[in-house]
Amino acid sequence: MRKTGFILATLAGLLMAGTAYAQTKVKIGVMNDRSGLYSDITGEGSVVAAQLAVEDFGADKGITVEIVSADHQNKPDIGSNIARQWYDTEEVDAIADVPTSSVALAINDITREKNKVFLNSGAATSDLTGAKCSPNTIHWTYDTWQLAHGTGGAMVAAGGKTWFFLTADYAFGHALERDTAAVVKAAGGEVVGSVKTPFPGTDFSSFLLQAQSSGAQVIGLANAGGDTINSIKQASEFGITQGGQAIAGLLVFANDVHALGLDVAQGLVLTETFYWDLNDDTRKWSARFEEKTGKKPSMVQAGVYGAVLHYLKAVEAAGTKDAQAVVAKMKEMPTDDVLFGKGQVRIDGRKIHDAYLFRVKKPDQSKGEWDLYETVATIPADKAFRPLNEGGCELVK
Amino acid sequence: MATDSEMIDVVQVDRPGAIGMPMLHKAIFIGLLLLGLVAPFMLYPIFLMKVMCFALFACAFNLLLGFGGLLSFGHAAYFGSASYISAYTAKAWGFTPELAILCGTGAAAILGLAIGSLAIRRQGIYFAMVTLAFAQMVFFFSLQAPFTGGEDGIQSVPRGYLLGLISMAPDRNLYYFVLGVVFVGLLVIYRIIHSPFGQVLKGIRDNEARMVSLGYRTSRYKLAVFVLSAALAGLAGATKAIVFQLASLTDVYWTMSGEVVLMTLLGGMGTVFGPILGAAVIVTMQNYLATFGDWVTIGQGIIFVVAVMLFREGIVGVIARIIRRPL
Amino acid sequence: MFELLGIPPQALFGQLLLGLINGSFYAILSLGLAIIFGLLNIINFTHGAQYMMGAFVAWMLLNYLGIPYWGALIVVPIIVGATGIVLERLLISRLYHLDHLYGLLLTFGLALIITGIFRNQYGISGLPYAIPKQLAGGQNLGFMFLPNYRGWVVVVSLVVCLATWFAIEKTRLGGYLRAATENPTMVGAFGINVPRLITLTYGFGVALAAFAGVLAAPIYSVNPNMGADVIIVVFAVVVIGGMGSILGSILTGFGLGLVEGLTRVFYPEGSAVVIFVIMAIVLLVKPAGLFGREA
Repeated sequence: MRKTGFILATLAGLLMAGTAYAQTKVKIGVMNDRSGLYSDITGEGSVVAAQLAVEDFGADKGITVEIVSADHQNKPDIGSNIARQWYDTEEVDAIADVPTSSVALAINDITREKNKVFLNSGAATSDLTGAKCSPNTIHWTYDTWQLAHGTGGAMVAAGGKTWFFLTADYAFGHALERDTAAVVKAAGGEVVGSVKTPFPGTDFSSFLLQAQSSGAQVIGLANAGGDTINSIKQASEFGITQGGQAIAGLLVFANDVHALGLDVAQGLVLTETFYWDLNDDTRKWSARFEEKTGKKPSMVQAGVYGAVLHYLKAVEAAGTKDAQAVVAKMKEMPTDDVLFGKGQVRIDGRKIHDAYLFRVKKPDQSKGEWDLYETVATIPADKAFRPLNEGGCELVK
Repeated sequence: MATDSEMIDVVQVDRPGAIGMPMLHKAIFIGLLLLGLVAPFMLYPIFLMKVMCFALFACAFNLLLGFGGLLSFGHAAYFGSASYISAYTAKAWGFTPELAILCGTGAAAILGLAIGSLAIRRQGIYFAMVTLAFAQMVFFFSLQAPFTGGEDGIQSVPRGYLLGLISMAPDRNLYYFVLGVVFVGLLVIYRIIHSPFGQVLKGIRDNEARMVSLGYRTSRYKLAVFVLSAALAGLAGATKAIVFQLASLTDVYWTMSGEVVLMTLLGGMGTVFGPILGAAVIVTMQNYLATFGDWVTIGQGIIFVVAVMLFREGIVGVIARIIRRPL
Repeated sequence: MFELLGIPPQALFGQLLLGLINGSFYAILSLGLAIIFGLLNIINFTHGAQYMMGAFVAWMLLNYLGIPYWGALIVVPIIVGATGIVLERLLISRLYHLDHLYGLLLTFGLALIITGIFRNQYGISGLPYAIPKQLAGGQNLGFMFLPNYRGWVVVVSLVVCLATWFAIEKTRLGGYLRAATENPTMVGAFGINVPRLITLTYGFGVALAAFAGVLAAPIYSVNPNMGADVIIVVFAVVVIGGMGSILGSILTGFGLGLVEGLTRVFYPEGSAVVIFVIMAIVLLVKPAGLFGREA
């Protein structure tokens, strides 16, 4: 079932682990949104993904793994409270997942202060491996730089030269617009206008009308969550895609598309680093996942699997759970798992792998409930993420 | 609110002639202080500091509701904006913790003056809605203003050195500092309640028309208590920002305003010690039910309904009635 | 070409029309609040949650029972109104002898419970509810593309608001209602069952909220927080209008929708707070609200 590369890595690990006779106990806390906006793409599914990673790692390595979970409700104060308590009183060694950039940045600080390991999969902010990078943090799945470049660059290449942005009026939205606009311009496109929408908003019709009358070929949605869902829904109501304009979601996940329905979401263009239907391995793993959760995995849940598996391999290889040693090992060993293939963790903590530009299928092209995307372009790992020297990370010398 | 004297079911009348603090209250304050001194040896100090900050917040709110008779549904505005100012001054300008907290408190007082002078033009339910709407404006401002960091909030606020000398990084040190701040805050509130000013307030709460006819400019008193309450709520918020090294949107969101109403109602509005107990109960509940997500919201809703329907005096109010002493 | 502050008049007209659509929701919701306040003297904090319930019940009827939009438009207000009547009988009615603020606190608690239950059950991502076939598509008005459904929302909410106004101001039942608002004891003495009148009034106000919820379901995503987001704005609308008159709350609702629409064109960043700013100004100039009577 596993790839040979994996078996080799495990064997190597076994040999090295010979020194660690004593049973090592590792406790991993999966912290994410279990009730709010991101509970579908993270939530219990991420816990299941972590358990699958433990299963695939194997029980015969002299390492026992315990998984605990908690709901941070997308609030940094609740998240940091849980993290402190986990590290201070419950002997948690690593925290995994953590969607919502604000919470992730808070956990990033605390993890560094307490010298533990932070395996982020769910958060978007590229600061985790940029200005706020930490020797204790690995950022696995995706980030804003990668989304902006994936969608922005590839759309211009595909002929979407003129852009109009609908930007959620807060720091995250502004950053997303700024990054994407820079990419669009660098690729030879043009930004004809943008409008800042109050956040959180419910009615986007007025702004969509402004976007429509701008005549831009692409309407970029620099927003997230409920704002994105509402704006896509209302764009379809006002017949914007039928009018020939393309909509580019800068932060949209397969589960959002599934919730919107193909009727409404068709034609939407977006970037992800994982999709269940990429190849035989991803399909096989996703079937296992679906058996336990009833849903296909999101890219964030896939990332939790990859990160936890690689972390456990590194603990085994390092023969210790000392955070610095383990993270150093994670960066040193090449990564290899069934979901993201072969890759590596860079010195700044950024895990790199391929990214994909997808277009949402029309309802008549789709062969099943979860048959959502067609691949427009593959962005190779070395192009998909921000170059090491541009992030301003202090670990990069 | 002239005719609304039932608002406070248990009117805590001080015995005439009682000077200074009654023995019982003195004993309770000393008991609380002793408890505060030994608690960090038994419980997780960060959790205790959270309880203390919310206890002060609830008491500040109770000053306005229980003694001023004004239900503000937007107290998160002062709590939250103070926490932003305190976090910002500590982080960006390198202020020492006590100075940062003072700045936060001052900012909350100014904000309270601005909003209060408008809000006291309306009464009762309108007053509640107006404060809520203004708090919502503060929320939008916090979301968009560049210095608040939007959704990320202001993070990794340094705990710094008290007076530039004592490191606040160890939890124990910070704990005793917070204990001191909160305790002083509580004593100040106690003093206000039992001052001549406090007596006038209670008079206005019970029958505003009568106080007007006695020659009091009631709106001045109402504004004064509003500002005091906002400032003390700010003190709590500013302290919380230093404790958690974080100021975030949660602190200015309207659910926070709802929570403080709940704490006060549950503990006993118009009592001195009720809000402390109410805050302790609610924070503990949030802490231990955190893994259950939405059940926290549902649980809080149920407590609200039960408290309103069955014991409007709150837990401490009931105890006070049984022992026939104001608490 | 003639332009007004850099915006072509056609585009402006389109934006005003959109503002009117949002205003429809404000109008129905503030109307419901005003009716309830008029007779019960409580601010129904649960109103937002009941609006949300309207949308959810419409979704449930469609997905569990196959009842389409048109059926939902009639059935949902009845169902949700009935739950409102139960709440009034069991809980709210016990608080009339107390300060009105307890009513506010109670309904706030109820709103938390209802929202929490729906969040727990359906998550927060939102559920899809399709626009009914008959109203799909739209009209090209020359200056804008108007989806048929939005046009329907404006028309139907105007009709509902005016019908409600007519029923209260011009019919005998409305007469009882207005009289009971002024002096319940007196009306009781005339042999009118005032408690029942109160209960029915609450049920009707809630039904209006649920009706707005059904109208909203196809345009906004059906999610548990939709009520919490709108209720605070509606509170501000109510403060601006004052609770003096039924017509006043309707006019304020539509009017503020227009103002908000204009802000979205000229200063989009401010459109979320414009209503609160107006509220502050009104409080300074006319504390009782535009249509309110000084107490």
